[in-house]
Amino acid sequence: MTDITTEKARIGAPSAQPFINGFTEEGESLSPLNAAESKSPLAGEAVKRHSHGGGVGVPDSSRAGRLTSYKLADFKPLTGMEEDWRFTPLKRLRGLHTEVLGGAAPSVSVTAPDNVIVETVGRDDRRIGSAAIPEDRVSANAWENFTEATVITVPAEVQAEGEVSVLLTGQGTGAAAQHVVIVAEKFSKSVVVLDHQGTAVVSENIEILVEDGAQLTVISLQEWNDDAVHASSQQAKLGRDAKFKHIVVSLGGDLVRVTPSARFTAPGAEAEMFGLYFADAGQHLEQRLFVDHAVANCKSNVLYKGALQGRNAHTVWVGDVLIRKEAEGTDTYEANRNLVLTDGARADSVPNLEIETGLIAGAGHASATGRFDDEHLFYLMARGIPEEVARRLVVRGFLNEIIQKIKVPAIEERLTAAVERELAATDN
Amino acid sequence: MSTLEIKDLHVSIDTEQGTKEILKGVSLTIRTGETHAIMGPNGSGKSTLASTIAGHPRYNVTAGTITLDGDDVLAMSVDERARAGLFLAMQYPVEVPGVSMTNFLRTAKTAIDGEAPKLRTWTKDVKAAMAQLRIDADFTQRNVNEGFSGGEKKRVEILQLELFKPKFAVLDETDSGLDVDALKVVSEGVNRAHAEGNMGTLLITHYTRILRYIKPDFVHVFVDGQVVEEGGPELADRLEEEGYDRYATGAGAATIAAADAAAQA
Ligand SMILES: Nc1ncnc2c1ncn2[C@@H]1O[C@H](COP(=O)(O)OP(=O)(O)OP(=O)(O)O)[C@@H](O)[C@H]1O
Ligand SMILES: [Mg+2]
Repeated sequence: MTDITTEKARIGAPSAQPFINGFTEEGESLSPLNAAESKSPLAGEAVKRHSHGGGVGVPDSSRAGRLTSYKLADFKPLTGMEEDWRFTPLKRLRGLHTEVLGGAAPSVSVTAPDNVIVETVGRDDRRIGSAAIPEDRVSANAWENFTEATVITVPAEVQAEGEVSVLLTGQGTGAAAQHVVIVAEKFSKSVVVLDHQGTAVVSENIEILVEDGAQLTVISLQEWNDDAVHASSQQAKLGRDAKFKHIVVSLGGDLVRVTPSARFTAPGAEAEMFGLYFADAGQHLEQRLFVDHAVANCKSNVLYKGALQGRNAHTVWVGDVLIRKEAEGTDTYEANRNLVLTDGARADSVPNLEIETGLIAGAGHASATGRFDDEHLFYLMARGIPEEVARRLVVRGFLNEIIQKIKVPAIEERLTAAVERELAATDN
Repeated sequence: MSTLEIKDLHVSIDTEQGTKEILKGVSLTIRTGETHAIMGPNGSGKSTLASTIAGHPRYNVTAGTITLDGDDVLAMSVDERARAGLFLAMQYPVEVPGVSMTNFLRTAKTAIDGEAPKLRTWTKDVKAAMAQLRIDADFTQRNVNEGFSGGEKKRVEILQLELFKPKFAVLDETDSGLDVDALKVVSEGVNRAHAEGNMGTLLITHYTRILRYIKPDFVHVFVDGQVVEEGGPELADRLEEEGYDRYATGAGAATIAAADAAAQA
């Protein structure tokens, strides 16, 4: 196809968001170094303007062109200037990008229905690498360093009663590597919960294979202790008519960076990707997702919602959706909404929609960052509602939309309670 | 029978240029069953009076009192005032993200009454009140004021007035931005609430138009943070013909105001 018949768009406008201290809207006024350090959504633009020869800065290429490799050495050391690391405070990664990940990995304990197979395997197991390939240095570092992997298999046509619950408990602050493979075989139906708790410094690779006609829900809960550092690549490969629902909930941890992806390999599949995050003072919660519409007639729907409160609470959401030339009949929508509850918090939100064919059913994106401000509070209080009730009302209502998608009552209740706790933390 | 009494109220705000006095000694007494219209040109301080009664933190009361049946309103927090029976229909109702109308109305009603309304009758009451104000039923699913048109926001303010049943309602330019049909619908809502016999109304408006539908017992003309003239409904008719020019021009207004203030002191 020629340029004339191919519609190629890259829509990547950062949403309205409070700028941080000392940052001006004019990228030009910043040196590339400062711009990168400010980690503003405009920093990339500034870097681009100031770099020549394309060495440093943001490649103009599409998401499809990103380097992938199982080898750590293939990824250059991180500088923070990379497009996909520009928001992440590298110093707080505590060596996940620089050290050999030899620390004790979070312990894995799985509770599963009888007909689900749970195994612990070595690096040479044939299922390793069946759904994922690292896309960044931290993920590759984990791939190179993990010693054993947990493989969960829902056999063909099995309808698992009750969820598969995987409890991952951090074993301390030694930088560690983790590997989990989830295989939903043909026409199976199951829910897998990855429950991250305790203190850990860990880079994790989660491989998810959703075979033809399978229906799989994966819920990844990050309720780490305050000092945890977690990078998690969660890559899913979807077969024909597969239905995949992915839910990321990040509440606890000093730095949590989840990079989920859904890759369509055959027509008729559907991916729903939901996320909920609540950042307190000082927390960095980042989510970067990728939906790869590589084949025709697949559907994706993305909704992430985040609440922020407290000084230097920082959240990042980047949603890359790529509709390749082959992906005619694609139907996709992605949205991110943030609610900033107090001053001093910062939400970055960047939807990127790349469309390489005009023959699609629909493609859209939305991003909005709203503030819960004194006027909202005044309005609710002027109707007799006490301040804490008003605050809770707003946040609960906002986040509930995601909690409701989980459909596992025990987890819904737990998260509702967790959100209440987060809110209670602001009251003092 | 309740009384809302405002005495010699002085209010200022902090601006970048320093403190600015907006209300310069306002006195007003409203009793249950009465409707008082406050009329005045843009910027005269009408909304400031309304917001101060409701307790908006931006406004600092530097002198004077507001009491509700003798209780010190100024000592109450915003939510306490609402629970004590004061209601402000806002000139510019804000959009509150994340909170559905259903949830909001029930939470507010529960807070005001001190107990949750009976679910069955409450749902019915809300539906009926919405129907009378010609508000679509699906508004209950939407977030508070989010994406509502100006007129819809005003109707929803009156919906709350009808559901919360305050002792005193302050309506800040509820008529502005309404077409004639909507104005009628909204006025009927206010009149219904009034007809229950337990409410006093402070109706703030720039135009006399709404006074055709809501009959005031008293009219107060507000200029530059003061009441410069008071009278019965006939005063509104005069304003209709003459406008505010008579008051607004320089020394004249100041003289009338000073004379009034002296008379009241
Ligand atoms: N936040 C503020 N900052 C600066 N000035 C303000 C502020 N709020 C009110 N004022 C000023 O106070 C005065 C009174 O404003 P107010 O909104 O009470 O008037 P109003 O009579 O309600 O006007 P309108 O008919 O336009 O609604 C105006 O001069 C206005 O500019
Ligand atoms: Mg006003």
